[in-house]
Amino acid sequence: MTNSGRSPTSDAPRFVPVADHALLVEFGEAIGEAEHAAVLRLDRALAAAPPVGLREVVPAYVALLVDFDPLASDHRAMTAAVTALLGAGASEGSAAATHEIPVCYDGDLAPDLPEVAARTGLSPEAVIAAHLSGDYDVRLYGFAPGYAYLAGVPEAIRLPRKPAALRGIPAGSLLIAGPQCIVSTLTMPTGWWIVGRSPAAILTGDPARPFLFDVGDRVRFRRIDADAFARLDRERGR
Amino acid sequence: MSAALLKVAFAGPLVTIQDGGRFGAMRFGVPASGPMDRFAHAAANVALGRPAGAGAIEVSLGGLVLDCLEGGVTLALAGGGFTVDHGGVRAGGWCVRSLRAGERFAVRPGRWGAWCTLAVLGDLEAPEWLESRATHSVSGLGGGAIATGAELRVAAARIDPALEGDIPFPVTARPRPRLRAVIGPQDRHFTADALAAFPASVFTVTPACDRMGMRLAGPPLTLRDALAIPSEPIVRGSVQVAGDGVATLLHADHQTTGGYPKIATVISCDLDQAAQLRPRDRIGFELVDADAAVDLVRTRARRDARYFERLAQRRAGV
Repeated sequence: MTNSGRSPTSDAPRFVPVADHALLVEFGEAIGEAEHAAVLRLDRALAAAPPVGLREVVPAYVALLVDFDPLASDHRAMTAAVTALLGAGASEGSAAATHEIPVCYDGDLAPDLPEVAARTGLSPEAVIAAHLSGDYDVRLYGFAPGYAYLAGVPEAIRLPRKPAALRGIPAGSLLIAGPQCIVSTLTMPTGWWIVGRSPAAILTGDPARPFLFDVGDRVRFRRIDADAFARLDRERGR
Repeated sequence: MSAALLKVAFAGPLVTIQDGGRFGAMRFGVPASGPMDRFAHAAANVALGRPAGAGAIEVSLGGLVLDCLEGGVTLALAGGGFTVDHGGVRAGGWCVRSLRAGERFAVRPGRWGAWCTLAVLGDLEAPEWLESRATHSVSGLGGGAIATGAELRVAAARIDPALEGDIPFPVTARPRPRLRAVIGPQDRHFTADALAAFPASVFTVTPACDRMGMRLAGPPLTLRDALAIPSEPIVRGSVQVAGDGVATLLHADHQTTGGYPKIATVISCDLDQAAQLRPRDRIGFELVDADAAVDLVRTRARRDARYFERLAQRRAGV
């Protein structure tokens, strides 16, 4: 069932069983655009035509977890169902949504901005401009509920994460590390660089659409000042 | 029918509201949460004629003491070897008792086991998140943690003396020191020595044990290559190994993705029994292939279905 003898590709994934109830479908071993596009294609295909016994699907950078009810299916049946969907051709579906997320980069809301500027050799304004210039897309969720990992941080402001995590970082913090960016949803520790704060509610509180982003969506950031942040933050009742 | 009001005279850490779990949101970073021991949770509810996944209180090794301020309610306790102290009378867990106004009901850890469920004959009032009362302990989202001094309200609470008595205790509710697991999905990142050591070694449960997972002490499981693998999905039961070679068995409140490789994944029907292990308990892993894992889970599901059928019949007085 597995083709563990060779490396997976975006055309010929590797199927790896996970316990009794899931299959990991791997399209590659290193993060890449073609691999993630293949993950998103299969994610859409599974949503459009869920195989018998499918419970849920978890897309990630280069692989997708297909979780199933072991009383209704098994790894062999799921591998066959997924393979059939891969062969069914492109299911392009609806175009990815684009979200515009307001961010305030001022003062206390951006405690690491001076340090990021110093480490990158840019002015704080140039760091902000670089962050705003990025085209981001939602690669996966992880760490905690609503933590969407956005790829697309421009080269000029990519830094490795801090050696140690800081505790109690407020929800809504705009975090960057390497090519990735997160708007946090809970008060949690982080070792990423805190370069702004957003009043956007990613945990929306709307039962019909509880999470603002779907994996695959596009994100642009828009700069707001401290007054606008205070107003928007009050309006959402954080 | 009326409400019962329970005052929390004492609650240890990690005493939370749980229901059957919050499924379908792993893609948004949300694990199912729900009871650490799903079988025990279902047994407590079914013993009261309630749906298996109804909201109830999960009690940790810290214990729980409730004072009934108003009304009355029949309670069921199942999971682990906990003890009950009801109005000064001590008894083993796995029982159904009725608590009346002015009485105290205490749940304390016994000789073995780490988690139990206290179910109520009525509707335990607690906040919902994403249509579930299961508490995600890291964020507090869902029904929430139960703290000393809080008051719990059980709507439509009833006392039914016909339900009182012991709950039959199946051998599969005991902690399981040898967990069955399927290798991978990231076993290729480990050295041959690590892959040989994993099923052959004895590990010890460390005190770093909570609803997210249980860190294990044992031989270092050395990684073959640098830790630069892309974050991959995680499931309940994943045995994740950090860069220092230390393994963690992930549980109800696991992160949904992570960049540490998973050497193996414990099969779902062994996870309740894994949850009942305590710090210093010794455990090992027995590798089974994916087909055998499915067979084991199906066999266990049939066995559990017969148990719950008998439990429901006992209640009906058959």
